[in-house]
Amino acid sequence: MTGSRTAATIDAARAEGRAALVVYLPVGYPDVDGSIAAARAAVEAGADIVELGLPYSDPGMDGAVNQEAMQAALAGGTRTADVLRAVREVAETGAPTLVMTYYNPVLRYGVDRFATDLVAAGGAGLITPDLIPDEAGEWIAAADAHDLDKVFLVAPSSTTERLHLTTAASRGFVYAASTMGVTGARASVGPRAEALVAATRAAGAERVCVGLGVSTGAQAAEVASYADGVIVGSALVRTLIRSDGDRDAALEDLRLLIGELAEGVRAGRLVR
Amino acid sequence: MTDFRDAVGPYFGDFGGRFVPEALIAALDDLATAWDKLKDDPTFIERLAALHRDYTGRPSPITEVPRFAEHAGGVRVFLKREDLNHTGSHKINNVLGQALLTQQVGKTRVIAETGAGQHGVATATAAALFGLDCTIYMGEEDTRRQALNVARMRLLGAEVIPVTAGSRTLKDAINEAFRDWVANVETTNYVFGTAAGPHPFPALVRDLQKIIGEEAREQLSTRIGRLPDAVVACVGGGSNAIGIFTAFLDDAEVRLIGCEAAGDGVETGRHAATIGAGSPGVLHGAKTYLLQDEDGQTIESHSISAGLDYPGVGPEHSWLASIGRAEYRPVTDAEAMEAFRLLTRTEGIMPAIESAHALAGAITLGRELVAAGADPAETVLLVSLSGRGDKDVETAAEWFGLVDSSAASGEDEGGSTTA
Ligand SMILES: Cc1ncc(COP(=O)(O)O)c(C=O)c1O
Repeated sequence: MTGSRTAATIDAARAEGRAALVVYLPVGYPDVDGSIAAARAAVEAGADIVELGLPYSDPGMDGAVNQEAMQAALAGGTRTADVLRAVREVAETGAPTLVMTYYNPVLRYGVDRFATDLVAAGGAGLITPDLIPDEAGEWIAAADAHDLDKVFLVAPSSTTERLHLTTAASRGFVYAASTMGVTGARASVGPRAEALVAATRAAGAERVCVGLGVSTGAQAAEVASYADGVIVGSALVRTLIRSDGDRDAALEDLRLLIGELAEGVRAGRLVR
Repeated sequence: MTDFRDAVGPYFGDFGGRFVPEALIAALDDLATAWDKLKDDPTFIERLAALHRDYTGRPSPITEVPRFAEHAGGVRVFLKREDLNHTGSHKINNVLGQALLTQQVGKTRVIAETGAGQHGVATATAAALFGLDCTIYMGEEDTRRQALNVARMRLLGAEVIPVTAGSRTLKDAINEAFRDWVANVETTNYVFGTAAGPHPFPALVRDLQKIIGEEAREQLSTRIGRLPDAVVACVGGGSNAIGIFTAFLDDAEVRLIGCEAAGDGVETGRHAATIGAGSPGVLHGAKTYLLQDEDGQTIESHSISAGLDYPGVGPEHSWLASIGRAEYRPVTDAEAMEAFRLLTRTEGIMPAIESAHALAGAITLGRELVAAGADPAETVLLVSLSGRGDKDVETAAEWFGLVDSSAASGEDEGGSTTA
């Protein structure tokens, strides 16, 4: 498919001889406007693609940092409609903006209605951490009807058969979970990530981005040496979790980290 | 679907499935495949039967309770006595089977979630028996409500991890157990405690609990030569209920009644009546009824009974409700505690507060049937007495104002003492 701006952005990065930098930020943390400001700052500082997290009461695939941010976002009253507003304001930057969401909020909103409103907001598609293609018939139909990206995940435990299935169902990119585990910064990105990317490519994937555990420029460079995109989430959220509530300082820390990661995705290809 | 009792999942009508991260699919597939093979394996069947007989003390008896039944319109009430099982509830039926399954798939560690602590105690017991490492996740709130069960699990050698995320109750303990499982799936089996969650758990747990109804059907037939008019059970996630229902699913004349915890009353919003007052969605890996707000965020449940205090329910129950094969009724804290008092005082059997919800359901149903013209002597109710009340003595003592005033926390009678 050629409709995917996400895919085009990854291809453009590749043409520059680098991997794309994909950033995750949950909407509503520290509040809705604060999360929009953070995502826009991330794009200014060098992020190519944005994933906005829809806060959920039972985020089974998230580690402590993202859980805390989501819980705070919900406690602050963040609603699904706020996420769509955030998409609109972040997509204005020109960066492809996806929503990363557990399935139930989408189901509750109405799958086709969500797709319609996401398109209207300028969103690029969904990343669905607890929805496998086998269960995603309704979402796949809506995404295809509305020309949206469908980013499904593969894991180190995925069989070859499932890599094929997931790759075939995905549009935009395939999200390779680097380790068997939840989101959160780790000392090292799993050794299984590179093999997983290779296996996913062998299953037909044209674009594979790696997430879970990347937090530094050096890790970004390492991942960029074999993947089409590097996804960073918890490490960015961590810069926003500040006891002193100083938002300007938090945004500055965020920009600095994005700058480091953006250098990382550029350094990576030189290694190759 | 011609035979209800053979429904295998992953789908029960529109419900069920596997709404989980891809990382868990291989483990769920392995579990489903292993269970498919094992459940018909004669060696496994014999080992499990021996454990039921020699360890748990099965078959659990059925007991007719005429003095209690006077309060249920005078119909005949039989209790299926899962309270007499080793560890005090039906939960042991499930964990023994899953512990054997864990050995079969070559894993050395088990994890589990627990609300009231009964499933945690049962899992810790099986882990001790089988020499498995054991970690139990329990909401911090529940570790306080059920401190004695925390001690029991630790005495049995289990590590108990209080979960401080979210509402700090059972639903958060399940989230945390899934997180552990994703990270440690190579060594670890997740012993899910109820007939909910992603496939194959609803079918697996049902298969391991259906012995409750199979025994009871046989025992009733020997005792009175007929089927009951209705089977009544409490529904948290739904394992004791599906366990006693399954043997009767294809007997269309037998009414199946699940009693959900209505807490302070469904109209107050403080309840756990998932099917009665919830709506379909996805929670903990399955499409099923759940308590959710307009945005699909899970709403916290409330019940005096920690074991029923869960905002979801097993997908097979959602299906049985949607096709009208089973009915689900709300029972408030106050109704359950009255039934708890009645059974204790009329029969000398102290039920778990969970099970007291089923007893309250039986009282209401018996009176209804008689009011509608049924002959009480010819009306038979079978009630799942899923567990015993030892763990609930403190809660009950507070509820009924029996705590020494110097030690009392100052709650007045009828107040919600554990919320
Ligand atoms: C005695 C007893 N009955 C019932 C339940 C509810 O679980 P389920 O609905 O799976 O039977 C529990 C849960 O802890 C329990 O301890």
